[in-house]
Amino acid sequence: MNAQTLPIDAARATATPSAAPLAEGMRLAGLVKAFDARPVLRGLTYTLPAGRTLVIFGPNGAGKTTLLRTLATLARPTAGRAWVAGCDVAEEAGEARRRVGYVGHQPHIYEDLTARENLLFFARMYGLRDGAARADALLARVGLSRRANDRVRAFSRGQAQRLALARGVIHEPAALLLDEPDTGLDQEALALLERLVAERRERGQTTILTTHHLERGLRLGDEALTLVRGRIAYAGAASALDVAAVERLYAGQPIGGRLEGGATC
Amino acid sequence: MLNDGVRLAWTQFWAIVWKDLRAEARTRQAWMSMGLFALLTLVVFNFAFDLRVTNQATVGPGALWIAFIFASILGLARNITAEQDRGPMDRLLMTPVDRSVVYLAKVVGNVIVISVIETVALPIFALLYNLPILQPMIAPITLLGTVGVAAVGTQFAALAANTRARELLTPLLIFPLIVPVVIGAVRATEALFTPIHGDAPWLGLLAAFDVIFLSISAVTFQFVVEE
Amino acid sequence: MQSAIQKPANGRLGGIARRAPALGVALGWLRRYGELALLGVTTLAMLLTIWAAFVYAPTELIEGPVQRIFYVHVPLAWISYLAFFFVLLGSVVYLWRRDERWDTFARVNAEIGVVFTTLVLISGSLWGRAFWGAWWVWDERLTTSLLMWFIYVGYLALRSYTGRTAQGARAAAVVGILGFVVTPINYMSVKWWRTLHPDQVLPLGGTPQLPASMIVALMISLAAFTLLYALLTIEVYKLERAQAEAERLRIQVELAGQDAMGIGGE
Repeated sequence: MNAQTLPIDAARATATPSAAPLAEGMRLAGLVKAFDARPVLRGLTYTLPAGRTLVIFGPNGAGKTTLLRTLATLARPTAGRAWVAGCDVAEEAGEARRRVGYVGHQPHIYEDLTARENLLFFARMYGLRDGAARADALLARVGLSRRANDRVRAFSRGQAQRLALARGVIHEPAALLLDEPDTGLDQEALALLERLVAERRERGQTTILTTHHLERGLRLGDEALTLVRGRIAYAGAASALDVAAVERLYAGQPIGGRLEGGATC
Repeated sequence: MLNDGVRLAWTQFWAIVWKDLRAEARTRQAWMSMGLFALLTLVVFNFAFDLRVTNQATVGPGALWIAFIFASILGLARNITAEQDRGPMDRLLMTPVDRSVVYLAKVVGNVIVISVIETVALPIFALLYNLPILQPMIAPITLLGTVGVAAVGTQFAALAANTRARELLTPLLIFPLIVPVVIGAVRATEALFTPIHGDAPWLGLLAAFDVIFLSISAVTFQFVVEE
Repeated sequence: MQSAIQKPANGRLGGIARRAPALGVALGWLRRYGELALLGVTTLAMLLTIWAAFVYAPTELIEGPVQRIFYVHVPLAWISYLAFFFVLLGSVVYLWRRDERWDTFARVNAEIGVVFTTLVLISGSLWGRAFWGAWWVWDERLTTSLLMWFIYVGYLALRSYTGRTAQGARAAAVVGILGFVVTPINYMSVKWWRTLHPDQVLPLGGTPQLPASMIVALMISLAAFTLLYALLTIEVYKLERAQAEAERLRIQVELAGQDAMGIGGE
């Protein structure tokens, strides 16, 4: 595994995670993504073993969302390669989409359909035969059973996001991508989110999330990745970081603290 | 294996069409404005050209198709604005659905919505303009013309939404490709009333345009929605 | 007019140069003086065309001297068809291979094609005014020509709006592919419908409708305008590539500077 920790922190960083599983959860090899002449992702190389929970930190504009959208096969790499759940995002996009779920920080649900209709629609898109059963089960899990036949237009943000969560896992993805899923959620929904992540960890399913809430991210994640200006500033165990360390990384400093003269290693 | 893929594509296709129509049916404002627009156009033309019996066959088909085009553009415009922030479309694109299936489903959805308006407009047209428009041949002409307009409109609406190039650019891109469709449709409609011997096979040309445009668009759609 | 960006002698051409010295010398000469030579040949050809169109070619019986616009109007039209075909080609290959250079190739051809088509429309309009008494008629040939013009103007507008982004390039490529539908319709319009615009004078795989001297003059003119097209394409292409490269380098430097200063960097 790629632990780009700085020498001063080698002792604090956990080395390789225990017993690397058979498949990879996610892998990046020199991934570059540019929308115009200015690249957003500037050569990322990283491997996440399957079944781990990765939290990605980074200031705004660092490329977190771009990275997640690339893994979700929405954005095509400009150079380099990326794999998610064992599939190349460019070459095997179709299969990748089957194995990946996505929840963004905006629910983006079809407002003129009911909650149940939304889930049924996506079940059909994934080719699931038992869509109705799954939809009902998930609605119960996210606490929306009572509102199953209400139009989403009337939902609160928390309720819509819970529905988005249900939609994200309806096809039981091997890898779940969560882009700032906790933004603007109420307590109930937050608890649900954390339960979901914990369950996935127990079941050995890969989860990748980004968040601005440093404390929550460090609590939820096994592995951590910090992106700053399109490059990896830290890649290693989440346990080796604390909130202060991440903030130092954002400021371009090593996680151990300022070196003499303020230079980076 | 191939059979499964085709069956899935078929399910996905109808899922999208059904979803669009259901959402459409629930927000009834779109239908209202489209219908009103079409009706208004027909009536205004009637006055504007001071139509007497001799004029009606000449001006009628043009007026009809302008009414249809206006209604279609209104219908497609809500298509643009609905996907404007790309959000729901993004979620759809993350499912393992072929991009050409998405495109064709959207075209079919649009055609159905516009066709409903046209079906209402045609008898009104027949009344106002006193023309024998309600012949069997009007159905394929209307359908092929509408398919052409929807095919062009859907593709360029998506293109505009994804490049955030709305307002001026979308009409500029759509216009030159819709004109051949409209000309073909108008001429074909005219031929219903005043057949010209040895005239070009307009219906065939319309059909050819539709087939060519749909097939190429279905392939290029993936590049339009990609990032 | 020498190339500002000298490429090192490696790659395929370098390989050829090493293996066949004479050919290598020729290629080297071509690289250094090719454009200048092309400019010279084009100028000569244009001068020759002026002679051919105004002196050599016979005066047409019915139309009189006005007919000589033909020697400008027709080659410009044919070359714009070619240019738009190259837009199609460049767009398809770009979407397939994602190589920016093909996108530039398409864009350059669109620009030149629009310029040439504008000239076709203007020259045609002048001719029409003189011969038919009308600046414009809505027959199928002129209408589809105008549509064609609009499509590629739209292409350029889209490119201008989206700037140098990958998304813009892809969108333009799609327009370049779909828009080409109109071009064959335009070309065949005089055959398919009874248009006011004259029928094809040199139909592909048919008999020429002109006397030999006119055909000769037309061919000279065609050669001259083709050379002009080649010259313009090469120059504008190189300009575009240089601009793209300059921007890329500028941003690289800027990013490197920001990285070094540790603005949230490593």
